[in-house]
Amino acid sequence: MIRTEELLLNVGPQHPSTHGVFRIIVKLDGEVITEATPVMGYLHRGTEKLAENLNFTQIIPYTDRMDYVSAMTNNYVLCHAVEKMMGLEIPERAEYLRLIVMELQRIASHQVWWGTYLLDIGALSPFLFAFSDRERILQLFNELCGARLTYNYMRVGGVKWDAPDGWIDRTKQFVKDMWLRLDEYHNLVSGNEIFLSRIKGIGQYDAATAIQYGLSGANLRSTGVDWDLRKTEPYSLYDRFEFNVITGKNGDCYDRYLCRLGEIEQSLRILEQALEQFPGEGPTMGKVPRAIRPPAGEIYVRIESPRGEIGCHIVSKGKAEPYRLKFRRPSFVNLQILPKLLVGETMTNLVTILGGIDIVLGEVDA
Amino acid sequence: MDALRFIDKPLTWGHAGLMVLMAVAVLAVVIVFVTYAIYFERKVIGWMQFRKGPNRTGPLGLLQTVADVSKLLLKEDTIPAKADRGLFILAPVLAFIPSFLVLAFIPYSKGLQFADLNVGFLYYVALSGISTIAIVIAGWASNNKYSLLGGMRSAAQMISYEVPLVISVVGCVMLAGSLNLNDIVVAQSGYFWHWNFLPQIVGFAVFVVAAISELNRTPFDLPEAESELVAGYHVEYSGFRFAFFMLSEYVYVFAIASLTTLLFLGGWHPPIPQLDFIPGIIWFILKFAFIVFCLFWIRATLPRLRVDQLMGLAWKVLLPLSILNIFITAACIELFGMGG
Repeated sequence: MIRTEELLLNVGPQHPSTHGVFRIIVKLDGEVITEATPVMGYLHRGTEKLAENLNFTQIIPYTDRMDYVSAMTNNYVLCHAVEKMMGLEIPERAEYLRLIVMELQRIASHQVWWGTYLLDIGALSPFLFAFSDRERILQLFNELCGARLTYNYMRVGGVKWDAPDGWIDRTKQFVKDMWLRLDEYHNLVSGNEIFLSRIKGIGQYDAATAIQYGLSGANLRSTGVDWDLRKTEPYSLYDRFEFNVITGKNGDCYDRYLCRLGEIEQSLRILEQALEQFPGEGPTMGKVPRAIRPPAGEIYVRIESPRGEIGCHIVSKGKAEPYRLKFRRPSFVNLQILPKLLVGETMTNLVTILGGIDIVLGEVDA
Repeated sequence: MDALRFIDKPLTWGHAGLMVLMAVAVLAVVIVFVTYAIYFERKVIGWMQFRKGPNRTGPLGLLQTVADVSKLLLKEDTIPAKADRGLFILAPVLAFIPSFLVLAFIPYSKGLQFADLNVGFLYYVALSGISTIAIVIAGWASNNKYSLLGGMRSAAQMISYEVPLVISVVGCVMLAGSLNLNDIVVAQSGYFWHWNFLPQIVGFAVFVVAAISELNRTPFDLPEAESELVAGYHVEYSGFRFAFFMLSEYVYVFAIASLTTLLFLGGWHPPIPQLDFIPGIIWFILKFAFIVFCLFWIRATLPRLRVDQLMGLAWKVLLPLSILNIFITAACIELFGMGG
């Protein structure tokens, strides 16, 4: 009998495939993982605590830095919570702008995921394909608010800047081109035999487990659960558009992959409709009191971010600053299932599974 | 130009000097190849990814590799404190020497060869196996868990793929009736459908797959799988030692591309005999460049396999196929009188 020893391997925080500064300590028996312990907090900045000393407008840039791959949705969830608490009316043009940037953001976020996931799996080119397309979205955002990553675009009551001349047309053109690019994504990757054999049946779990672990977003929908807050609890203007909720069947990495690419498609559909309906005139800022002081009380709102359900819980004492601000961060919650999925898998599948969950460390550690 | 003819002659200063000169000539050719193969690879992959590739150092970026290598040379030579010092230093040398030795037997054109060995292909297999040992040593001596995993993967992979690699070539050897590469090339003379890649289509396919794996290139680049093992067996290597690993890797690209040309694409023969007025070396270079391009093309396109899939492919698919190929070839030779 050969005496074998377990190998304790420290993956991260500086590892190319942990998507930031995530660390995971794995016990390996050969190449098979027997135990996995995630360690997080390397990017913790205390957003929630900092927020307690800031007024609501000042908190918005902090939300940009949580999920820095989809800053627009983070902006929205905070503004939406405050608006709901104060019962503010949002001008239609502003709401359309918000919705358009949120859907563009969803596409951009899924592009980042798609590119980096393929990079994890070992294909180099898709990363550059995705990023060159995402560049166009960033350019559109740049025209809108002068920033490419941390936009600070939305405000309580509306948006800070109106769309410049021709912006809507350029966005329409982008949507048109993106349909073609999406076909190319599928042609290049989705049918690749090696790729399929790498992700089919990997990291599988069923709907009950997913719900127990509180998963949301594509991680939940890949198991067949029809749960998309844009449809289930329509916020903003989502009830005005026709789109489908993409669900999978097997709950493996392949289904999650298809869900996310399908979501790009649905976002494009929403964008097409929203850009058509976009009101030509109107204010972009509602009537908002000079000092934003939500009435004393509590509120929890949730929206569908590209990564799942992002929630914002505000406890207000009637002051300009929140008494307590809590974000339900989908990346953080989705990450919980990781140790369970990793046991019995190989080192290679660790990368596949972790990438499939789609985390953003800024959001996990907040 | 054959170094072996000196073997029977007395070893004088003149003969020794000539041999050294010839060795230096091969070395120079290979170094130039490696320099521009890296440049070419980066350009090709750049174009495939809508980038420009290196274009800043020198005209058209032609000096990029030179700059990179100079940087590596000037870097501080670090050896981890816990590393096995002796083996750590030995490993890159051990990886590098056989990679150059295998070049000795490659006939670039009729008579343009360093050593005309009658065991030809066997010599390549014997020497390239030594590089595997170097990689395992590097993985072990670094005293790093990632490099250990990389080294182990590499050992498993290279041993597994050497088997189908060798067996897939047996068909060509049978057709030519010799292991000598010159004879194998001569047996393929005529039109391009006489080249081995058509009569030996299965062997050719198996050879290409196994060869890419031997080179540790995408989609078989598991030993240095960046997204999993950071850099695999050479995690701890930097500076010139790292350069040696890279160098030997590209020299193997040179060797494998040459071998594919010689064994399956008719070596220095033109596709139709009427084009014979163009020197053989040109044909060799064209075919060779095409294969190198294909290697880079594959790298830009395909994702990486998983370890278990890799082993399964070698033992369950490639090995039976290559053995089947031998039987079919033997039957064809016996029944239809194919080959010589």
